[in-house]
Amino acid sequence: MAHTTEEVLAGLAELINEETGISADQVALEKSFTDDLDIDSISMMTIVVNAEEKFDVKIPDDEVKNLTTVGEAVEFITKAQA
Amino acid sequence: MSPLAQSHGAQFTRILSLGAARGDLVVSNDDIAGPIDSSDEWIRQRTGIIERRRSSDAEHAIDLAVRASTEALDKAGITPDQIDAVIVATISNAVQTPSLAALLADRVGATPAAAYDISAACAGYTYGIAQADALIRSGTAHYVLVVGAEKLSDFVKPTDRSISFLLGDGAGAAIVGPSDSIGIGPTLWGSDGSKWDAVGMDRPLKEAFDDPEGGFPTLRQDGQTVFRWAVWEMAKVAKEALEKSGVSPEELTAFVPHQANMRIIDEFAKQLGLPESVLIARDIETTGNTSAASIPLAMHRLLEEHPEASGGLALQIGFGAGLVYGAQVVTLP
Repeated sequence: MAHTTEEVLAGLAELINEETGISADQVALEKSFTDDLDIDSISMMTIVVNAEEKFDVKIPDDEVKNLTTVGEAVEFITKAQA
Repeated sequence: MSPLAQSHGAQFTRILSLGAARGDLVVSNDDIAGPIDSSDEWIRQRTGIIERRRSSDAEHAIDLAVRASTEALDKAGITPDQIDAVIVATISNAVQTPSLAALLADRVGATPAAAYDISAACAGYTYGIAQADALIRSGTAHYVLVVGAEKLSDFVKPTDRSISFLLGDGAGAAIVGPSDSIGIGPTLWGSDGSKWDAVGMDRPLKEAFDDPEGGFPTLRQDGQTVFRWAVWEMAKVAKEALEKSGVSPEELTAFVPHQANMRIIDEFAKQLGLPESVLIARDIETTGNTSAASIPLAMHRLLEEHPEASGGLALQIGFGAGLVYGAQVVTLP
């Protein structure tokens, strides 16, 4: 079943919290993974793999490089579910 | 009936002994952080490496290989002339040909043993163990010297932030021979050349020769692609290797993955769901990533720190440039 934007954001925030300890309320659409949340490339990939499982989508390696903000990731996942 | 004879070997094989040699220099994170605009903390957090061992200009891969092999021969209690084949896994032989193995066979006194190198990067040692096992069981060899030997510091670019700062120099050697019981389980190996570009040299030799200003070829990687493959794809391979061996995670004494990056080792162990009783090799912390040498070096250290583990079962898995991988469960020597 497709998740709404809000549900994807909340789910992603949960995954980010599990991997990095960053509080879920810090995870907002405009935040940059590296500059604002200080998530390194390895943690980013762990979050991506866990997001694939959680939302039942495929996020190719090449696409991960384009996902610089939380909003971009949420948008990609939301569309990929469709 | 054909008059042709066919060879037959020992029913079972095992690793009889290990030898280790690490580069003669200790290189701290601070020593290499400058050119990558980094810090000790940044490197530790991303790799788990505190320091790596590298060789001085006077020390070459062959020197490391000789030291490791000599120790392994001594521990196995066999003489060099009993070795029928010398297999060296390496990506850092300084010349395209001849092989490092032929030189090593001569240096340790194993001549006229068959000698050849394997190009399977960080999986090379596991490929070598698979071949040694097969050669002995087929009767083609009685004792085989398998060595992973690397002087990767010859192929690093100080300004590269993708892989150079991880790399170290070392050699690990194993003597494989006949055994009364199964000491080397089935090998699970393979490749995925669709990711040929994910890790490897940054330019061909010929290109560097024609355009010397671009510099000598050095190693580079797409860290994220390699990380995803190394953890989630390799976890499937490791589980399959256990299944094929008929061994459950609870029956393992140790897990000895290629020492690529501590973050990979940690996540890999998590994905495998290993019980706390299983010792996990973490030699990367003070040796760095030594490609083909990393598994035997890590196993050697694990046995030095936990001599009681000898005789137990270890899952070893190598994975790297190709992409290629190899895994098997072995009895710790």
